[in-house]
Amino acid sequence: MRARLLVFLAAAFTALTAAAQALNDIEFEGRLKRLEAELRCLVCQNQTLADSNAPLAEDLRREVRALATSGKSDAEIKQYLVARYGDFVLYKPPLQRNTWLLWIGPFGLLLGGGIVWCAILRRRNGAAVEDDKEASGASPEDAVTRARQAIYEEP
Amino acid sequence: MKSWRLILPLAVFAVLLVFLWVGLSLDPREVPSPLIGKPAPAFALSTLHEPAKTLTSDDMKGQVWLLNVWASWCVSCRTEHPLLMRLASADVVPVVGLDYKDKPEDGRAWLAQNGNPYRVSIVDQDGRVGIDFGVYGVPETFVVDKQGVIRFKQIGPVTAEALDQKILPLVRELQKS
Repeated sequence: MRARLLVFLAAAFTALTAAAQALNDIEFEGRLKRLEAELRCLVCQNQTLADSNAPLAEDLRREVRALATSGKSDAEIKQYLVARYGDFVLYKPPLQRNTWLLWIGPFGLLLGGGIVWCAILRRRNGAAVEDDKEASGASPEDAVTRARQAIYEEP
Repeated sequence: MKSWRLILPLAVFAVLLVFLWVGLSLDPREVPSPLIGKPAPAFALSTLHEPAKTLTSDDMKGQVWLLNVWASWCVSCRTEHPLLMRLASADVVPVVGLDYKDKPEDGRAWLAQNGNPYRVSIVDQDGRVGIDFGVYGVPETFVVDKQGVIRFKQIGPVTAEALDQKILPLVRELQKS
């Protein structure tokens, strides 16, 4: 009875560790996939490392896997590639002195467009008010007053 | 007010035109190397013709040298080859060949057929040293100074223009210092 229990426990234990290992592997592969999708292949420049079939991309994937297996963090792996190939390998460029225009530029353009739009709107509204004033200049009361002045020659 | 309204769009258009014009003459394949001005990566690779011998980065210290990345499978290496042969016969600067991701026997056969411009060639079969040098398009040529610092990188085949206007003047200047 006790032997049977032991066998059962041993089997359960191995199954569990195998399951945990498989889970770990899935997680690790997922991490590699994510990382490779953020890195650019330098040979076919509009493809990520994950998508590219170029021999260099294969080598770099191998390198990324080796680094990840040796316990390097995502940031360290990216740093490794940036040191060799420059910021261009990153699909998301870092915010630094030579990229601030890239990051701020679109917002600057939006702001500029907004200012021009506001100016146009304000001018158009102003013109409308002017029109109103001109039109109200000939309001019925004024017309009556003017007519009375004209008839009775009141000052 | 009226003239300002007329000139502003024209100015914006002119700026755009300048940007586009400059963009036309840029080659997106040329990614500036972050390694320029930095020490050349350390390497220790066996030589192509005597596999028992290794060449290390330290062996080249104290002299200005060129590292030319080539391979027997590389088509555009054939375009720059005659220039490298001429450079070798002029004996101005030692050229080390990095046979990149190539079978050594293929590399040796290629040099036997086309001529060998290299002081020595080293074999980087799995491309690891290539990655350390940031190689992404063969051929590539690096100029390394006496202290072992990379000073220039030519991406793609060496042209007569690049050799005469950039590489050789830089080599002469570095050799003087």
